[in-house]
Amino acid sequence: MIRFENVSVTYDGADRPTVRGVDLEVPEGELVLLVGPSGVGKSTVLGAVSGLVPHFTGGTLRGRVTVAGRDTRTHKPRELADVVGTVGQDPLSHFVTDTVEDELAYGMESLGLAPDVMRRRVEEVLDLLGLADLRDRPLSTLSGGQQQRVAIGSVLTPHPKVLVLDEPTSALDPTAAEEVLAVLQRLVHDLGTTVLMAEHRLERVVQYADQVVLLPEPGAVPLVGAPADVMAVSPVYPPVVDLGRLAGWSPLPLTVRDARRRAADLRQRLHGREPVPAGPAPAMAPPPPPPPRRPSRWRLRRREAPEAAPADAPAAEVRSLTVVRDGIRALRRVELSVAPGETVALMGRNGAGKSTLLGTLVGLVEPSGGSVRVGGAVPHRTAPRELVRRVGLVPQEPRDLLYADTVAAECAAADRDAQAAPGTCRALVSDLLPGVTDDTHPRDLSEGQRLALALAVVLTARPPLLLLDEPTRGLDYGAKARLVALLRDLAAEGHAIVLATHDVELAAELAHRVVLLAEGEVIADGPTAEVVVSSPSFAPQVTKILAPQRWLTAAQVREALA
Amino acid sequence: MRDRVHAGAWWLWALGLGTAATRTTNPLLLGLLLAVSGHVVVTCRSATPSARSYTAFLKLALVVLAVRLVFAVVLGSPIPGTHVLVSLPEVPLPDWAQGIRLGGRVTAEAVVFALYDGLKLATLLVCVGAANALATPARLLKSLPGALYEIGVAVVVALTFAPHLIADARRLRAARRLRGRPDRGVRGLLQVGLPVLEGALERSVALAAAMDARGYGRTAEVPPAVHRTTAALTLGGLLGVCAGTYGLLTAEGGTYGLPVLLAGLAAALAGLWLGGRRSPRTRYRPDTWNPRSCAVAGSGAVVAALLALAAARDPGALHPGVVPLVAPTLPLWPAAAVLLGLLPAVVAPARPVPAHSAAARPAVKEPS
Repeated sequence: MIRFENVSVTYDGADRPTVRGVDLEVPEGELVLLVGPSGVGKSTVLGAVSGLVPHFTGGTLRGRVTVAGRDTRTHKPRELADVVGTVGQDPLSHFVTDTVEDELAYGMESLGLAPDVMRRRVEEVLDLLGLADLRDRPLSTLSGGQQQRVAIGSVLTPHPKVLVLDEPTSALDPTAAEEVLAVLQRLVHDLGTTVLMAEHRLERVVQYADQVVLLPEPGAVPLVGAPADVMAVSPVYPPVVDLGRLAGWSPLPLTVRDARRRAADLRQRLHGREPVPAGPAPAMAPPPPPPPRRPSRWRLRRREAPEAAPADAPAAEVRSLTVVRDGIRALRRVELSVAPGETVALMGRNGAGKSTLLGTLVGLVEPSGGSVRVGGAVPHRTAPRELVRRVGLVPQEPRDLLYADTVAAECAAADRDAQAAPGTCRALVSDLLPGVTDDTHPRDLSEGQRLALALAVVLTARPPLLLLDEPTRGLDYGAKARLVALLRDLAAEGHAIVLATHDVELAAELAHRVVLLAEGEVIADGPTAEVVVSSPSFAPQVTKILAPQRWLTAAQVREALA
Repeated sequence: MRDRVHAGAWWLWALGLGTAATRTTNPLLLGLLLAVSGHVVVTCRSATPSARSYTAFLKLALVVLAVRLVFAVVLGSPIPGTHVLVSLPEVPLPDWAQGIRLGGRVTAEAVVFALYDGLKLATLLVCVGAANALATPARLLKSLPGALYEIGVAVVVALTFAPHLIADARRLRAARRLRGRPDRGVRGLLQVGLPVLEGALERSVALAAAMDARGYGRTAEVPPAVHRTTAALTLGGLLGVCAGTYGLLTAEGGTYGLPVLLAGLAAALAGLWLGGRRSPRTRYRPDTWNPRSCAVAGSGAVVAALLALAAARDPGALHPGVVPLVAPTLPLWPAAAVLLGLLPAVVAPARPVPAHSAAARPAVKEPS
């Protein structure tokens, strides 16, 4: 169905090919997964299938790509639209119209299908993807998982033979991701659609793949094979594979179920050993009693003079916090206390209120009720200049923090903003990102490098409380491991860290405590092992495999066996 | 599901009410027009984001009214009046600014005149707002002939672009706070300008790629003869329209002006229609001129026609005098004519939204 014949792509201005020697054949009705560290050209390979590379992006494509017998050299993307459906990383930038139903019909209108055919297919896809209730909804009011499903639906209606997806589940919570993957499964099984997809979160997708294409490094020849064979040598692999390699299982199990069936002897070997916690858990200060009475209004209105916080005071303290936004209760009587040196993971489905809670901690969102204290200050009443030295937030899109056009300028600005000694930020950047030169444009950095730069900018002011919103979105396993090591060091130095994340594996590796949010309420708050073990959707793979023993990560198992 | 009312019908209805508003300065009739359009908007609008823009139009109308009043007070008015409300200090202006007055006497007559006049403008604006709330311009653009389709898409994309831009600016401005810079003030807004535009540009490129991959701009094969005929008809038609207009406007061209103009128009339209054949596009559930749509459009047209008639036959009732000041009275049958504008509320009320998919519920509460 898709055929790459010795394809290499060189972008204009690049001195060597981004991908080289791609020889690949995807038979009809297979689900093929494209894996590799970030920056190896996965998106380029995907773009070559739809013809966007090189027709839209520019550059030179050598070799030949054919899709359903059509050569992409002679067919422009629009002439391939009836056989290839493409969904990019950000569904919002994919939408042309403004309501669900119109969006589903758009592709068919361009192809000139008859009105009665269009009508039938829209209804079919609405049912197939479970979107019938949303048909009249404006696209901007949908949640992330819904948007992703609409984006997939919008390319399904013209009945393409091939579906190309770039990171379809990275931005989704575990449940929404399963929803999307179930749909893809159904397409492959019931309609015989050929699916080619790239994804970083292998633990979610690798078990569905018929073939895996591994791009080990930029410009290297790709390795194609059965999932278990490729995973045995891949530099990126999910925790289940990590555990399988550790235990020496062959062939490697790819699903939790397969691994569980093999794990009897590993459980035996681990019997009686205890997991070492992710880091020295800080002594939890007992939460202070709630204030005896509400402070009178006029006191609240005054800009509170920041008082010096005592050494053992919590880094952040949230008391019966309620936030109402646009008439919706985004948070409801939330209680949270974070001690210095502690790492807390906020989890919950898209839209549960995680980002809102982080927003109140840095004063971006004003509480409608209750109180928030960060290092003794009330965030939304503290001047920004003062606040950066108490709390720092790395937003979901790290690029939002970066304004300058070179790394050096960004660092100089960060030093000025934080009133730190010149060079403070640059030293941090050199630590986090060895090899990045002063004159690099922040936009040219990879996703992981940009995150590190934003983190350095935030850390310049040495805030005792560090907040990260969805930090692993778009990061490969290598970048994630570096981030984990870095955050552990920061926690050991006494920084309190709160991260909002969908990534259960990250939470398992890093967090001392997990707080689960649902509909704006805290539904669970406790040590990571206790909270995630009891939840089927938030339990990491290693926990599921080795239950009822309470191991969270392959690293813990490795340490215990050593 | 019932047939939708054609977007064009809503615009005709609203423009009909607007035309009616230009025929009168009677505040009671204008108030009645406002009430009628407001009632129809509330009963017939569906839960789209543009439906919420109605309040924005109401606010804009209030601003227009206020500006009109302030001008009348500060700059004076040619209306001769005897009831002095207040005397502002007059700023002496040099000779060359003769005819312009700053400050001075403010008479009740001038204020009432400005009020009537401003109210007329405000009503017109609210009518446009009503059309906007009931049928987005994007829906209207979908009814364009095939050859103009691509222009329509460009406009739709531009219309969705602006809200994204505002959201981006807001987010980036908030992010300044995270860098320890003040997040308020004009400076904050200016400094995020470049990143906002950068982001907008990147989004546009991504959208263009997505549209291309989804078949935007596919063309059908047409024989070269059709190509040439299309070009000839369009160019010839436009020339004819120019010549015909010139003929109509000059004194001696009275005889050939109108026929040439009409022939030109016909040729241009034929060119457009033929040009549409190059595009293989089809329409998904196009708006149709069903009886309901005709009733909606018709009610607007009837209101406009009846008020125009009333203005011709009884100008006194529709333009209450300000010199001397008299209390406006409600003329009976023009008022009844305005009430005909309520017809859409009867024939095309919005479908009740099922509770579980109410669009008023935002995404945050939806399980994803």
